[in-house]
Amino acid sequence: MSTRMIIRRLGGGLLVLWLVSILTFLLVHLIPGDPAEVIAGENATVADVTRIRAELGLDRPVLTQYVTWLSGVLRGDLGNSLFTDKSVVTSIAEVAPPTLVITVLAIVVAVLVGVSAGTVAGLTQGSRVDRLVSTLATLGIAMPSFWLAMVLVSVFALTNTWLPATGYASLAEGFGTWLSHLVLPATALGLATAAELARHTRGCVADVLTRPYVRTARARGASGAWLVRRHILRNAAIPVVTVLGLQAGRLLGGAIVIEAVFGISGLGTLAVNAVLQRNYPVIQGYVLLCAVVVVLLNLIVDLAYGWINPKVRTA
Amino acid sequence: MTPLLSVEGLTIDLPGRQPGLVEDVTFQVREGHCTALIGESGCGKTLTSMAILGLLPAAVRVSAGAVWFDGVDLLACTPRQLRRIRGGPVGMVFQEPMSSLNPTMTVGDQIAEARRLHLGERRKTALARARELLERVGIPNAARRIGSYPHEMSGGMQQRVMIAAAIACEPKLIIADEPTTALDVTIQAEILALLRDLQRDLDLAVLLVTHDLGVVADFCDDVVVMYAGHIAERTTVDGLFYQPGHPYSSALLAAVPQVGQARSRLTVIPGRVPSAGGFPAGCRFEPRCAHAEPPCREPQPDAPLGDGLTRCGRVASGELTLQGALRG
Repeated sequence: MSTRMIIRRLGGGLLVLWLVSILTFLLVHLIPGDPAEVIAGENATVADVTRIRAELGLDRPVLTQYVTWLSGVLRGDLGNSLFTDKSVVTSIAEVAPPTLVITVLAIVVAVLVGVSAGTVAGLTQGSRVDRLVSTLATLGIAMPSFWLAMVLVSVFALTNTWLPATGYASLAEGFGTWLSHLVLPATALGLATAAELARHTRGCVADVLTRPYVRTARARGASGAWLVRRHILRNAAIPVVTVLGLQAGRLLGGAIVIEAVFGISGLGTLAVNAVLQRNYPVIQGYVLLCAVVVVLLNLIVDLAYGWINPKVRTA
Repeated sequence: MTPLLSVEGLTIDLPGRQPGLVEDVTFQVREGHCTALIGESGCGKTLTSMAILGLLPAAVRVSAGAVWFDGVDLLACTPRQLRRIRGGPVGMVFQEPMSSLNPTMTVGDQIAEARRLHLGERRKTALARARELLERVGIPNAARRIGSYPHEMSGGMQQRVMIAAAIACEPKLIIADEPTTALDVTIQAEILALLRDLQRDLDLAVLLVTHDLGVVADFCDDVVVMYAGHIAERTTVDGLFYQPGHPYSSALLAAVPQVGQARSRLTVIPGRVPSAGGFPAGCRFEPRCAHAEPPCREPQPDAPLGDGLTRCGRVASGELTLQGALRG
């Protein structure tokens, strides 16, 4: 992909982030009535409300408020949580690692399982393996992830005590311990996406198999792994990568449910509590972080797309 | 002299649904010569050419016959043996170069592929050879072009790349399935000139599948005329143009528009090619034939005619003499 192309994609990503920042900022102003009063709650004194209003800068013009807020955001200052003295950045930084790691691992699981199963199914269309993969994929898409998580826990953590059932261990406690706590949540989260990817990969591989260039490659003596790797997978990957990009954002949201099932305190827990407590600065921080992650993931997908598809590179 | 390629009694079925898509097709390609396989769309000429290297679609099967190449029956080969022949001693050029080249692979890599597969060359060596091949097929700036992708080239360039890839391992035989059909007329002539050039220089035998009689006249030595899944006539180029041995051949010749006869009515063959399963019991061309007589409704055996054969009983018995496009 040309440098110009990358710069254009980056610019697009920044534009999205800017728009998200406006929406996030306006979040406080969407509260019906006086935000300061609502935030302060029913039993607040007038002094409390005045304090909150001043703290949020609500007594100044909207544009000034936005500029102040945005310049703070750009310096990494998202304000303080309304109920603790911790800054929003610290609160998020404390709980973000498990969620982000689980999301990334879920993507890895989805790609490994989904693409390989889909490829095998596509190459052996109509076979038993193909039918098995298609059935499992439909099941995988239909099953809610929290249910899948509970099944996984009961099989791999309770019936057989191979893996821990709940909790999160930081990397400092050892790589093995860390990973063992991640396997089940990442699998539970990633399998639905794996199923989606398997179906797409199967279809794409089956479609590529009928293309004249595959026949040309065969006529040249290519076969087996050589044919699959060089001629089939690379072409089949183009639409699959697009689907993966769409799924990536969904996975981050899905992590909230998985955190709850596995008793991990991550971003999801933080966000849910912030919403329940109307802790607006934290909600803003969470929304911004999610936007940054999704924009980043999509940028990576775009780069991968350009690497796979030469037509995009020159476009 | 034994021919380089000999197709004997080739019969292709769609198992369970349609027997006889191609029936009892026999012809030869001589070393260093060009044989044309001609006929209307749907007559089975492309199926025949695909069957030679075992490249038929999965649903279609060869049910009888043999394909001898250099003393080996390709239809009896194991997949492994067949792979050694594909792209090695036999190269293929397809219709529509745009869709027949891999869009995600540089043209250099596609040309080099056969050398890596068959000669075990390393990528760098094979690419160096690919550059020479690109020059050989007349692509300027080969050193730079080698890193191009197919979509960055014109149709004519793409077909040159296909040809370069087909001759990468110095084959003895090229099977070209309508190599010029998808191209502009001026480009067609260039590609044909290139093919003829290569044929002479490399002493290639060529099996050319086409429906363009102009190409046949320019380029070929022997002609196989197919109609509705079997051979109507097998002859030489001179035989075809001076004295066709089957009413279908003469109807094809008559259907070629003539330059210099402005405003003349275009001659067409009435009716359409019957599809497999709906073939007449007698001569398959009889319903459309201008020379048909009641006995033509009986099955017509092959009959020798000169060095070739005809499936028209009336021509074989001397009862019917057909008009050629040219007179001797």
